Amino acid sequence: MNGVNLSMSDKAETNSPILQVRDLKMHFPVKEGIFLRTGKYNKAVDGVSFDIQPGETMGLVGESGCGKSTLGRCITRLYKPTAGSIVFEDKDITNISGRELKPYRQDIQMIFQDPMESLNSRHTVGDILMEPFIVQNIGDKQYRQKRVKELLEIVGLPSRSITRYPFEFSGGQRQRIGIARSIALNPKLIVCDEPVSALDVSIQSQILNLLIELQREFNLSYLFIAHDLAVVKHISDRIAIMYLGKVVESSDGESVYREAKHPYTQSLISAIPVPDPHRKADRQILVGDVPSPINPPDGCTFHTRCPKAMDSCSNKSPQLVSLPEKTQHKVSCHLYE
Amino acid sequence: MSDALLSVDNLITEFETDEGRVRAVDDISFSVQPGETLGIVGESGCGKSVTALSIMRLLPQPMGQIVGGEIKLNGEDLTKLKLSQMEKIRGNKIGMVFQEPMTALNPVHTVGRQLAEVLYLHKDISKDQALRECLEMLDKVGIPSPDVRMGEYPHQLSGGMRQRVVIAMALACQPSLLIADEPTTALDVTIQAQILELIKELQNDMGMAVMLITHDLGVIAETSNSVVVMYAGKVAEQGNVYEIFDNPSHPYTRGLLDSIPKLETVPKSELSTIEGMVPGLLDLPVGCRFENRCPRRKESCKAAPPPIEVIAGSHQVSCYEWSKSVNE
Ligand SMILES: Nc1ncnc2c1ncn2[C@@H]1O[C@H](COP(=O)(O)OP(=O)(O)OP(=O)(O)O)[C@@H](O)[C@H]1O
Ligand SMILES: Nc1ncnc2c1ncn2[C@@H]1O[C@H](COP(=O)(O)OP(=O)(O)OP(=O)(O)O)[C@@H](O)[C@H]1O
Ligand code: SF4
Ligand SMILES: [Mg+2]
Ligand SMILES: [Mg+2]
Repeated sequence: MNGVNLSMSDKAETNSPILQVRDLKMHFPVKEGIFLRTGKYNKAVDGVSFDIQPGETMGLVGESGCGKSTLGRCITRLYKPTAGSIVFEDKDITNISGRELKPYRQDIQMIFQDPMESLNSRHTVGDILMEPFIVQNIGDKQYRQKRVKELLEIVGLPSRSITRYPFEFSGGQRQRIGIARSIALNPKLIVCDEPVSALDVSIQSQILNLLIELQREFNLSYLFIAHDLAVVKHISDRIAIMYLGKVVESSDGESVYREAKHPYTQSLISAIPVPDPHRKADRQILVGDVPSPINPPDGCTFHTRCPKAMDSCSNKSPQLVSLPEKTQHKVSCHLYE
Repeated sequence: MSDALLSVDNLITEFETDEGRVRAVDDISFSVQPGETLGIVGESGCGKSVTALSIMRLLPQPMGQIVGGEIKLNGEDLTKLKLSQMEKIRGNKIGMVFQEPMTALNPVHTVGRQLAEVLYLHKDISKDQALRECLEMLDKVGIPSPDVRMGEYPHQLSGGMRQRVVIAMALACQPSLLIADEPTTALDVTIQAQILELIKELQNDMGMAVMLITHDLGVIAETSNSVVVMYAGKVAEQGNVYEIFDNPSHPYTRGLLDSIPKLETVPKSELSTIEGMVPGLLDLPVGCRFENRCPRRKESCKAAPPPIEVIAGSHQVSCYEWSKSVNE
């Protein structure tokens, strides 16, 4: 890595979290009937709380449709949350908009699963990387050109890429372009929404190595969303498991993997395919209805599929509480109350 | 093999592009037996989807063309069929799950209507019966409240749900061959396990064969009987699943297996990778296509493409140095 100056924040904030999310909710209205009246809500994110420290990665895993991307979009303030709060470096950004939001558009960035969707295919890579500087009105033309070259170098792309278009690159290279753009303005927090899911394993590990290197170099914080627990565990300091809009378990990566408590986490781990044909695992396959966030089940939302469900699970909602033996390990399940 | 359900022999597929003709699939051969699963892995852009589209005769027209080789389904060469004959085979004998689920769904029709249509077209059943079978199929692929979803349009479903609808459509007519292109990549592992289990049941019950394209080597190890590893339009290595995982002989296969992040690796440690980039189809090297990234490359690898050699049994590799790769 070369010595590009992506200046780190020099405020003394070593012990305060960079991001504090409290009881965050994002409810989408569901339109029904011929008058498109809004009756029900899709409770995509329904009361999520966590902190991220500077230089830390929090991993987020969970069922498809459980609200991971929506949570990420609330934090980057692409969405305005329905309720709860998002505090970034001691400033409440939950409801701010317009001019007030502008500095946070610089500090908080997002990387998407499919860079093709987020990269304008009619612009050259040079234009794409130049854009954040223009939007934020930073530097003159010469400075911007210098920075674009530096960015390409950081993410390992040849400088002649500047004149090329995104479709001329492979999936892995496009993801590098997306990463280069996301770090252009020296962000402090990056929401990575399945950044490696579409890539084959050798390219996937190149990108993971790059993200880890950038984090070390610039003290970046990540919220890292993915389906592959091995990938998430590799890059994360802590992991939160989500199910139907709520966090059901969270702890450091090692504990989530080795001492999983929530039955959903346990089935998630048991379902991971192992790259060894001799170990065709005798896995626990979930049966039962996959619930919808529009009509979530009463009680614990996992009870319709839970192999350990008890009577109380279908009428009483469990709370996310710390385990007595380990306060950083939290779980939301009646088995541990 | 004569008893193969599908046998692809020396398939060559090319595209006409602005900068010239490119050969996306270059002389590949493999076969799938009834009831078995063949896994296809390889670098992004190596020709996996183009191979699948060639078999289905669904290459983008007029750019994409099969210019050589045979594709035999039960002995019948699909490359020689008229498109009208091919239409009968698609959806009926061969079901396909596309990498991009939206392309397979019509945005202006409800999910239920599209699914019922597939059944109605290919099976001799009443509309009521078709509807009932649809509900059953959606339920089997793990779609919650299937009766509600039947009346919805594709854009009202989450990505994972759309994918399950497409899988249900491909399985609806109980085809003898299912071609699935990254069918579970967008799904979480619990739903993935549910769908892979459903596919396995259909294989056991009806002898359906599966050609599974995925970059998840865990899924390959778990589901596949044999494996084809592709690189830049060619087969680098193929064999049964034990031969490939126990005795990976092409440096590319080894690099892939070494790159898998494991649950046991030390967090944030450096993962092993394959350095460098795949060559573009317009400037392919004369010699081995992996030559610019290969850790075992010799000067001679650059001179001519390595031939396909049989290691043992069904295990084949295309690398000059494979024997040195093995015992390490
Ligand atoms: N803009 C929107 N308007 C209405 N509903 C939405 C919107 N975005 C997401 N949803 C709904 O919110 C729920 C959560 O979706 P989200 O995309 O956050 O899930 P996810 O966990 O990222 O899933 P995946 O793993 O499939 O990407 C889904 O039911 C989805 O249909
Ligand atoms: N319509 C087209 N015109 C020109 N070239 C094409 C076209 N479709 C595919 N190709 C080229 O053919 C090659 C093989 O593409 P293919 O889609 O089969 O890759 P793949 O192995 O499925 O990759 P991935 O894992 O990313 O899905 C690529 O180099 C691609 O650029
Ligand atoms: S033929 Fe040579 S360059 Fe190609 S994979 Fe084998 S050793 Fe590497
Ligand atoms: Mg998502
Ligand atoms: Mg493909």
